[in-house]
Amino acid sequence: MTVDELDELRQTAMRQWDELHSKPHVTVGNATCGQGVGALETLNAIHDFLTERGVECDVVEVGCIGMCYAEPIMSVSLPGMPAVFYGEATPERACEILELHLLSKKPVAEYALGTVGEGSIDGIPNLFETPMMKRQVRRLLSRCGFVEPTNLMHYLATGGFDGLEKALSMEPSQIIDELRRAGLRGRGGVGFPTWRKWLTCIQTPSDEKFVVCNAHEGDPGIFVNRVLLESDPYSVLEGLLIAGYTVGASNGFIYCGAEYPLAFERLTAAIKALERVGLLGDDILGSGFSFRVWLVKGAGAYVCGEETALIASIEGERGMPRARPPFPAAKGLWDKPTVVNNVETLAYVPHILRHGAEWFAEYGTERSKGTKAFSLTGKVERPGVIEVPLGMTLREIISELGGGSSTEKRIKAVQIGGPGGGCIPESMFDLPVDYESLAPTGAMMGAGGIVVMDEDTCMVDMARHLIQFSQCESCGKCVPCRLGTKQMLAILEGITEGNGNEGDIVLLEEIADAMKVGSLCGLGQAAPNPVLTTIRHFRDEYEEHIRLHRCRAGVCKALSS
Amino acid sequence: MGLVGGELERRLEEILGAFCGKRSELIPILQRIQNEFGYLPEDALVKVSRFIGVPEAHVYGVASFYEQLRLRQLGKNIITICRGTSCYVCGSSKLIDEAKSVLGIDEGETTPDLKWTLETVTCLGMCAHAPCAIVNGKVYGKMTPEKLVSIIRAVEGGRRS
Repeated sequence: MTVDELDELRQTAMRQWDELHSKPHVTVGNATCGQGVGALETLNAIHDFLTERGVECDVVEVGCIGMCYAEPIMSVSLPGMPAVFYGEATPERACEILELHLLSKKPVAEYALGTVGEGSIDGIPNLFETPMMKRQVRRLLSRCGFVEPTNLMHYLATGGFDGLEKALSMEPSQIIDELRRAGLRGRGGVGFPTWRKWLTCIQTPSDEKFVVCNAHEGDPGIFVNRVLLESDPYSVLEGLLIAGYTVGASNGFIYCGAEYPLAFERLTAAIKALERVGLLGDDILGSGFSFRVWLVKGAGAYVCGEETALIASIEGERGMPRARPPFPAAKGLWDKPTVVNNVETLAYVPHILRHGAEWFAEYGTERSKGTKAFSLTGKVERPGVIEVPLGMTLREIISELGGGSSTEKRIKAVQIGGPGGGCIPESMFDLPVDYESLAPTGAMMGAGGIVVMDEDTCMVDMARHLIQFSQCESCGKCVPCRLGTKQMLAILEGITEGNGNEGDIVLLEEIADAMKVGSLCGLGQAAPNPVLTTIRHFRDEYEEHIRLHRCRAGVCKALSS
Repeated sequence: MGLVGGELERRLEEILGAFCGKRSELIPILQRIQNEFGYLPEDALVKVSRFIGVPEAHVYGVASFYEQLRLRQLGKNIITICRGTSCYVCGSSKLIDEAKSVLGIDEGETTPDLKWTLETVTCLGMCAHAPCAIVNGKVYGKMTPEKLVSIIRAVEGGRRS
């Protein structure tokens, strides 16, 4: 495909997009989260309704808009009126909405979440003015819930491949400079500057180089990447293409966790579509740059989210990490220089190329630029996926966007950053969320999973649960992690079963120190964090368990509450 | 479900025919075999080791390392309960306890009559609808112990009729 052909395809795409929006149409959010609460049943009911009534109307299966609490979500658009998004659209309710809104042109305020587009409708707020949306800055998520994920024309009509086209007209050094000025840091949790990783790969001489997308979002309690992969897979592929061009790789790999079958399916379809039009293959856009993408399915090992373990897994080995340095950017897949980037990082790259570094850096803090997607779950009124400027406080995220506690109980803490993150007490919710600011709590932002806990959660039991997870998932290669998690788990089980001893807390801290210093990879180094942060912020709960045999949350069955 | 040696052989040949025998193909090959047979029969592992030219121990090492590769036959029906953090906070342990007691098996086990397998998974990424479970490929959000039992009963009832 040449630049001119792309342009032509883009024009067609925009025409089709306008055509779609000039006619009545219905959308249904069809990602895994929607499917889990009946989106497919709703979709079937909508098709049946339209067939029965003999109504011709486009039904577009879109991705996830992030308001997961209200799923299944559908929208109805009529010409001359803004689209209306409806929540909890069960099959019955969907038919009622179609009857009233689509057929009788009477939007149903009672079920509406909000309107999108020009104009207003009495009694229905603008969706982007509602509490969950108002303070979001949706850049990365801009297409999520609005386009058909695997439809290349939808992607092209919404600015898709502008970034690649721009990139191909630039020198790799200019792209590196753009990313450096933007200040994009890895969204997987560590926050390493993306440009620096790419530059290392460029500067390492080799006959072959690789780029890898880490789509193994193993952290429990986070699903940002899943939403992106299922709702806007092309943006990840475009980011991977730009990375490949920049570092001089002609092969890219996407390592997708087996837990995400729908993401895998949509990536497969998106790759095929790009191959078909020649946006993957030889001499892309007449630039001389050739690139192929290989989709690799994980086989269920949490540790494979660690980059060296992920590389081992692609090579067909057990997914065990190795010591770094050398970092993969210098010596990675089959010992060649390899850039490994997170889904969210790569998905952001085309936006930055398209809009420029200054646009990206408009939001965020001094050291943590840009916006970031977070998943908000647990005991919160409005769980879902949000995108906010880095530096927003936990309180703003949980109270304003999340709507506070979903129970009558008080919110006690959050667990943030996956099993290696930590627990932050409510008293520290005024800290901004970015790469550095949470350090005083002992926790870290990580990949952006926020799990809200109320007074029904026992913090000692939560620490036990998370250590049990890390113990299960430890690959067993290095001693501090393999034995440390085992011993910590044994002590925590003792405490939660009423067999705690004075001195257990000190012992836990000692083991934690050894693990942090001695473990080979991030899993073992971070595994003690939930224990250390709960000891730091909820020491009284540990002491009650050990001395009084009391669990105030009533979770530990062997103890009194 | 017992496979006659010749039949296993033939289907394996067919699967391996689609690969070239590179070391990096090991996991995709095992995934394909598992798709075909539901698990990884021992004879298949031996054959794969010869096909790729690696020791049997290496194939076994990889097959036993990954949670989703299975060395034993699974039940006809599979329940997978998410034990991710959000699901845990929202009560997934009650689901696991209920399933264990109704089916009379532990996590990772299969009933002796090969009807049911109970598994847990690290995270399905459906955290907004915690707690979540998958029964025979269908995902369910906001699962309760009662709902889970009624799904199990419905599957059993359906099979009898």
